[in-house]
Amino acid sequence: MSSSAVHSLWTTAAEGKLDKIPAPHIEYAQLAPTLIVVGAAIVGILVEAFVPRRSRYYVQVFLSVVALAAAFAAVVGLAAGGYGTTKAHIAAMGAIAVDGPALFLQGTILLASIVAVFTFAERRLDPVAHGNKVDSFAAQAASVPGSDSEKAAVKAGFTTTEVFPLALFAISGMLVFPSANDLLTLFVALEVFSLPLYLLCALARRKRLMSQEAAVKYFLLGAFSSAFLLFGIALLYGYAGSVSYATIADVVSGSVQNVNPALAGTMGNDALLLIGGAMILMGLLFKVGAVPFHMWTPDVYQGAPTPVTGFMAAATKVAAFGALLRLLYVVLPGMSWDWRPVMWGVAIITMLGGAVVAITQTDIKRLLAYSSIAHAGFILAGVIATNADGISSVLFYLGAYSFVTIGAFAVVTLVRDAGGEATHLSKWAGLGRRSPLVAAVFAVFLLAFAGIPLTSGFSGKFAVFKAAAEGGAGALVVVGVVSSAVAAFFYIRVIVLMFFSEPKADGPTVAVPSPLTMTAIGVGVAVTLVLGVAPQYFLDLAHSAGVFVR
Amino acid sequence: MSFPLLTATAALPALGAIATAAVPAARRTAAKWLALLVSVATLALAAIQLVRFEPGGDRYQLTESHAWIKDFGVRYELGVDGIGVALIGLTALLIPFIIAAGWHDADPLETNSSRWRPTQGFFALILAVEAMVVLSFEATDVFLFYILFEAMLIPMYFLIGGFGDRAHAQGDEAAATQRSYAAVKFLLYNLVGGLIMLAAVIGLYVVAGSFSLSEIAAARASGSLHMATNTERLLFLGFFFAFAVKAPLWPLHTWLPNAMGEATAPVAVLITAVVDKVGTFAMLRFCLQLFPEASKWATPVIVVLAVISIIYGALLAVGQRDIKRLVAYASISHFGFIIMGIFAMTSQGQSGATLYMINHGISTAALMLVAGFLISRRGSRLISDYGGVQKVAPVLAGTFLIGGLATLSLPGLAPFVSEFLVLVGTFSRYPVAGVIATLGIVLAALYVLVLYQRTMTGPVKAEVQGMPDLKVRELLVVAPLIALLIFLGVYPKPLTDIVNPAVRQTMSDVQKKDPNPVVEAAK
Repeated sequence: MSSSAVHSLWTTAAEGKLDKIPAPHIEYAQLAPTLIVVGAAIVGILVEAFVPRRSRYYVQVFLSVVALAAAFAAVVGLAAGGYGTTKAHIAAMGAIAVDGPALFLQGTILLASIVAVFTFAERRLDPVAHGNKVDSFAAQAASVPGSDSEKAAVKAGFTTTEVFPLALFAISGMLVFPSANDLLTLFVALEVFSLPLYLLCALARRKRLMSQEAAVKYFLLGAFSSAFLLFGIALLYGYAGSVSYATIADVVSGSVQNVNPALAGTMGNDALLLIGGAMILMGLLFKVGAVPFHMWTPDVYQGAPTPVTGFMAAATKVAAFGALLRLLYVVLPGMSWDWRPVMWGVAIITMLGGAVVAITQTDIKRLLAYSSIAHAGFILAGVIATNADGISSVLFYLGAYSFVTIGAFAVVTLVRDAGGEATHLSKWAGLGRRSPLVAAVFAVFLLAFAGIPLTSGFSGKFAVFKAAAEGGAGALVVVGVVSSAVAAFFYIRVIVLMFFSEPKADGPTVAVPSPLTMTAIGVGVAVTLVLGVAPQYFLDLAHSAGVFVR
Repeated sequence: MSFPLLTATAALPALGAIATAAVPAARRTAAKWLALLVSVATLALAAIQLVRFEPGGDRYQLTESHAWIKDFGVRYELGVDGIGVALIGLTALLIPFIIAAGWHDADPLETNSSRWRPTQGFFALILAVEAMVVLSFEATDVFLFYILFEAMLIPMYFLIGGFGDRAHAQGDEAAATQRSYAAVKFLLYNLVGGLIMLAAVIGLYVVAGSFSLSEIAAARASGSLHMATNTERLLFLGFFFAFAVKAPLWPLHTWLPNAMGEATAPVAVLITAVVDKVGTFAMLRFCLQLFPEASKWATPVIVVLAVISIIYGALLAVGQRDIKRLVAYASISHFGFIIMGIFAMTSQGQSGATLYMINHGISTAALMLVAGFLISRRGSRLISDYGGVQKVAPVLAGTFLIGGLATLSLPGLAPFVSEFLVLVGTFSRYPVAGVIATLGIVLAALYVLVLYQRTMTGPVKAEVQGMPDLKVRELLVVAPLIALLIFLGVYPKPLTDIVNPAVRQTMSDVQKKDPNPVVEAAK
């Protein structure tokens, strides 16, 4: 391979002489989904600057939903044009892969994001303050909690409509993350979606200190994991002489030697490969929320505004697993003998750890956080399968899981008392008697989390376990089944609490949401049941999308 | 395409469940009548199945097959053999009685009308259970069966936890706690069993590449599918564990007394007479068919566990102070007989076990429903709270006695035939087990007769004074069951004709011949 072939979008400028920089060839149409979302985010900032405060909310919600829908349409268009299968290729000078898994995950992220934006835009749950409708976000993020300026901001009816462009930026990063085809794009995408998320976590209207604490924790630990990732990238570059996935894969498999004369001393040094690969995995496993990199999950899930939690739990997980899959299946398949035992261990402790610790939780958001950790373990079981079914089952699971998650967190926003959302489990006692419908819907989500047949949770779990068993990870299936049984216990405990316990006299009320949240919950229930009863179409879709471009 | 009779038999109660749940809250009585109507119509469909079924014909009849989830290799495949069609008949037969017996069980309480007791939900859940049980008797695809096996836990769970005895429900926090404990215990036991089965189901797919019973059997016969001995044994254990929890077999039985004790009497009947039969049925259909070698390998241990179940259940029944828990332990003893009959691997044993499933369903229903009527009158489940009821309510006492005599397998009543066949079948292969199991009959006589003596005879207790006798509705529930017990006790041929060919098939699956001398199963 000639040295010019390793040039990518990132290294062209660094290496070439300044007068010879070739104009990079960018396939704008194929990058349309990401570009639309980034563009809308930038327009969103301009809206913040120029549109009168009164109408910002409407403009932002409209803009976000339209942009996400347009981006989804672009994804569908690309997929229909064959870019997911026959025309799959690598765009933007090797930086971005346009292939089945990328398009499938982008579609999932966009759909989940639309639903999540609906929950962001909900303004009927909190009581009207000073004649202004308020959402779940702080009146003015910069005002110190409890200060006079905060009171003034609340009184003036300020709302943080910046959440919508922030979410759009995060979504654009998430769209790139699973399709990144070199390590630097991967890192940039990671930062692009992480930074807005840190901010969003800090913006809760109620319990602001807790929210800010969650954001700081998330930021500090996230910065750590980014550093690990970046250092791993540097080591891998030293090993392979390139950040491009394809080149690294070739060097790993031994088909390319000495790509870069400047790195002759380090190239092919397995220590660099192993340490670098491990560090990159760490960075990704942090985002996924796998044990032992999960410590941030419960605090952040609990402290963040609940709509953000739902968004994060769904979309971040999809994006991060997409990137993990691509890394393991495209870059490092040649060393699967090295990473599989490690990932086995991670999957096992993730499944068991998440399920066991969840039992002791008394806060519904923390409980769902640990449940998301356990689910990350189930998905890892599919990742480890290292076969075609592994990819498609993970894709399917992510799609199924994200809608259950957003729906479940949307239900959490409805149950409120004087202090805002009533997230302590004891307050949920007897909810089934006060509001049978809300409790029944939440029970459906819980049963889906528990993987009871006829819900999407079962289809997904069956798909990943089947792939894992076929991939020779039978023991992992047994651990998965055991931790499912443990997990079932705490999901059922919540159902018992809702239906079979006496309601407390000072229990919470269930707020009647606007059609926005109702849509989010309705979509969640519909997807849960459809994927549970008739998953064939979506399995086919995941199957046909399950091939990575190299 | 012919009329999909099997789908219809399951779809009718499923649709009925949705319709019942949708009846407006104020029209409570309409919901009850709708549920009853649907269950009777389902019985009619089940009767058509019985008529259309040809005992000497193909193994699976009235088959339906449609693609469902191609990716998982799952088809929507239905078919009934003699055992399945008989159990569908039992299920469809019992549900109208259960609904009628539970007519007032879910009415709102006058004392505290704000309490959440949706009548519609109660009857909708019963119909939902019926739909899933019927479909699970029809499923010839392992995956489809598994889905139903697990999914039916959810409505059962709400039936147990959501609706207690009226007498106990009146604001009694302790009773509510016990009830939700029983419901959770029921769900967790069965869910764990089911999840272990899930691992085995996936393993089966990896080994066999198909979920279809007929395809797997064909692959086995042609030799293209060969399971390694250890693989087959592990898979067998995965399946058997789930069924043994459901059935329930000692030592996995402890959820049953809780569940039956806390549930209302009709729901208790639903558990033991209908839902638990899926476990024993599945042993015959899936364990023996899919894993014949492993079944033979496990037989000695399972027979020992079954004998322990028989004796242990009966002993604990003798010691019970609570009427419903007594019936529950008696059921554990009877399930021991059923499982022993299945794994004795003789045609009399298996015919007897299949008949036993049906007869136990009817006799337990009769005994438990009358016991429920008794308990609803006095508001107590304790045996010591009763005495001399036969002087006050002679019809109630009489029907209770017949139900009890059927439970102890008195000759002339239906369970006798099946218990006798099971014992004969077991004795010819495992004489020691047969002898010990016979002790179970003696103990059965003890617990039934002592129960009758303590509650019905003797001086009339003050609280029992003035207890009303069975009402017309209650009589209409009990009388047909008792008539059926007597009829099948005297003339079991219609049942054996349907069941025997299926049993011969199963016996040939496990390649077992009856030990000499061969006695043709009761004709």
